[in-house]
This record gives sequence, structure tokens and C-alpha cells, in this order.
Amino acid sequence: MKELLKTIGHVVFKMPVGFVVTIKHLFKKPVTRDYPKHKMPMSPRYRGRHYLERYDDGTERCVCCGLCAAACPADAIYMEPEESDKGERRAQLYEINLLRCIFCGFCEEACPEEAIFLGQEYEFSDDNRNSFLWTKEDMLVPHPRQDNPFKRIIRRVRKVYGIPDKTK
Amino acid sequence: MLEAVIISSAKILLLVVAVLTGCAYSTYMERKVVARLQHRMGPTYAGPYGLLQPLADAVKLIFKEDIVPSRVERVIFALAPVISFVPALLTFVVVPFGPEIELFGHTIQMVGTDLNIGILFVFAVTSLGVYGIVLAGWSSGSKYSLMGGIRSSAQMISYEIGYGLSIIGVILVANTLSLRELVDQQASFGSWMIWRQPVGFLLYLTCAIAETNRAPFDMPEAESELVGGYHTEYSSMRFAMFFMGEYANMLAVSAIGATLFFGGWHGPILPPVVWLVLKVVAFMFFFIWLRATFPRFRYDQLMNFGWKVLFPLALLNTMVTAALVML
Repeated sequence: MKELLKTIGHVVFKMPVGFVVTIKHLFKKPVTRDYPKHKMPMSPRYRGRHYLERYDDGTERCVCCGLCAAACPADAIYMEPEESDKGERRAQLYEINLLRCIFCGFCEEACPEEAIFLGQEYEFSDDNRNSFLWTKEDMLVPHPRQDNPFKRIIRRVRKVYGIPDKTK
Repeated sequence: MLEAVIISSAKILLLVVAVLTGCAYSTYMERKVVARLQHRMGPTYAGPYGLLQPLADAVKLIFKEDIVPSRVERVIFALAPVISFVPALLTFVVVPFGPEIELFGHTIQMVGTDLNIGILFVFAVTSLGVYGIVLAGWSSGSKYSLMGGIRSSAQMISYEIGYGLSIIGVILVANTLSLRELVDQQASFGSWMIWRQPVGFLLYLTCAIAETNRAPFDMPEAESELVGGYHTEYSSMRFAMFFMGEYANMLAVSAIGATLFFGGWHGPILPPVVWLVLKVVAFMFFFIWLRATFPRFRYDQLMNFGWKVLFPLALLNTMVTAALVML
């Protein structure tokens, strides 16, 4: 009898409270980010994939000095030097093993030529290990830099009509 | 004769298709509603708002490998999912979903078959479903499955009595066992059975949740304790049968609840079938809401609850109702 009354008390006084708590949450917005469709804004200091920079005329900044490879705690960088047509030293082979890389950014700090940068991209999943061995060709920024088509059109118009570019 | 066969076949086909689609979309509804209650989004990828998710699930389950462990009792192992699924479908045969209609000069009753002992049939058939679970648990040859099966049988013993007694009050008031007549008696909002049998309704609801193994009485499954309970060893379509059986059972219990206490298909403006579906959806929403709200009962708590609370309360309700009817 005692148990019966106690249970009835629970049903009448305590269960509705629980129901109210959960139903309140039904009308709140989901906290989920629908990831591939809506991406989180990345911090400007985020260290993603590597880029190899160029000079404005398109020659590579990297001189294959090996400081990045020396600074790399994960030993992920391998390079072999060669001499260009102009007689300058540059990398013949420059590989970063992204599976070894811990994205610490030490290479970026070590580089005396400001040639290597860590960008914002973080989606490089693949289905075989070999494709994570990135070479110079994978990392070099394209030349000329690919801006959005609108900017390219403006640049073309400027060139044709001789309008000076104030941003430079 | 031939006409009767054709009409019956058409009705059965309609019912089966409706129930299977209902099962599929109640999984969708469950996932969506539980997700929203937990600040998640639920399925969004398959089709607009993830509406094709049940279809994707079905295709996935069909193409899964059908694994039969070496230590199972093969015949019973194969039979158990069917035993748990078919009774759930059978229940819908007696649920009325509309008034009589005239079609090509025939009077067609909008109910699978108008049994004069409809309620008795429902309760006989839904109880059969438990055998599927018990046999699945026993034949799997796995300790988790066996535990699930045993829990299910214990749960059934504790709840079946309260379940049966909870509707005796309704029968006493209505003075009929036919679901069609019951619905006819509840034509207006004021004559709904829930106003005359509120305690009976609460008892029915509680026992129905236990009967369908829903949270917080989902001990036979108890993912966190028993892996998957009775269906641990099942895969592919055999598992899907259990899954569909569970949802079909929920739908059945909702439909019977709507018919017994909420006037079945009666309602203004909208067509009768829509009203029944709306009432069933309301029930389903409550089940999902309940699942998102309360944690699972412990084994002994459940037995205590069944025997010391539900059973006496159901008896009391029956006695009081009987006395009032006599007066």
C-alpha cells in the first residue's frame, strides 16, 4: 500500500517535471554543424596543409637548405638539391610525408627564405598511403596565383586600358 | 463469395502496405524526434530532410550478410523473428479505420474483419509476440540473448495481468468486445472513453510500453548491459524483422489505444483514416518523448512495479468501475 501511494505520487508530481524538461529542448535549435555543408570558420593561426611559396616572377623561394628538415621533430621532410638554369640552388626533390607530419609549424619558423607555409586546409583524407607523400608539385602555389575570376577580369581591364593598380 | 474474397484481399493488402510503411517511417520519426530532443539533427542526407532514410536502411539491411552462428538451434532461430513480427501485423486486422462506405454497390466495412471479440483477439495476439523474443533468446546460444529472453518472459508475466485488467474497465463501461462498436460509442469528443476511464488509460499506457519493450521498460534489449539482448546474434533481414516487429507492435498498441480511449477514427472535418493516423502519431510521439526522458528501470524495480503497483491498481480500477456500472 505504501509503495502504491508512493508510486502514484511519483507519477502525478514528479514525472510531469521530467517531461517538461525534455519537451523544452525540442524547441531549441540543434547545436550540430552540418559539417561538409557548413564548415567551421578556421582560426587565422590554424596550421593545415603545407604550401611552397614563389617569388613574384614565379621562381621558387625554396633553396633546399634543409633547415626545415632539420627542425622537423617528426622527420617528415626529405629533399635533394639541384642547380637551376640560372645557376641557383633549388630543390630537385622536396617531399613531406603528411602521415608523419604533426603540423607543428616548426618548418615554417625555421625557413630563412619564407618559402614554406602551413595553410588553412585540413581535409586530405585518401584511401592509400602513397598519396600522402606530397611532393614539390603538390605544394607549390600556382603561378600566376589563382584569384577569383572577377579579380582576373579587373586585372585584364586595367592592363588593356592602362589603369594603374593602386594596391601594388 | 468471390467478391468477399477480393474485398478482403484488397483490405489486407492495404493494411500490410500501410503498416510496413508506417513501421519504416516511425523509425524515421523516432530518429528525428529523439535527435531534436537532444539538440541533434537526425538523418538529413537521404532525400529532402532525410525522408528517404528508411529506404536506405532497408536496402542496407537486405544486402547485409545473414550470419547464423554455429551454436544456434537452427529451426527456432529462423522462426523466432517471424513469430515476433507476424502477431504485430495481425493486430491491425481488427482496428477499425473508418465508417462503412458504399463502393460499386457493395457495403464495405473499413476494418480488416469485424470480430465480435476484437479486444480479446488483440490481447491474445500481442501476447504471442513475446514468444518470438523468448525463443530468439533461447535459440541463439549466447548468454546475452538468453538474458534478454529471460528478462522478456519475466516482464511479460509481470505486465500481462495489468495489461489485461486495465481494459476490463473499458469493456465494463462499453458493454462490448467489438472494436467497431466501441468506436461507434465514442462518436463525440465528450464521449471518449478516456474521460470515463482515466486510470484505466494510464494503466493501459504503462503496460503497453512494457509490452512493446520500449524505454524505460526496454530491458530485453538493454544495449548498455546486454549488447543487444535477444537479437544480439541476429543480422541482416532477420534482425530487420525484429526491428519491424517492435515498431509494428508500437503502432498496434497506439492504434488500439486510440481506438479504446480516444474515439478511434472519429473526428471533425478531416477524413476518418487521417484522424486515426494522427492519433497513432500522437501516441508514437509520446513513446519517443518518454524514451528521451526516463532512464531504464532495473530488473527488480520492474517486477516490484508490475506486481505491487500496476496489478493492485488495475484490480481497484476494475472493482470501482464494476461497482459504478452496477449502480
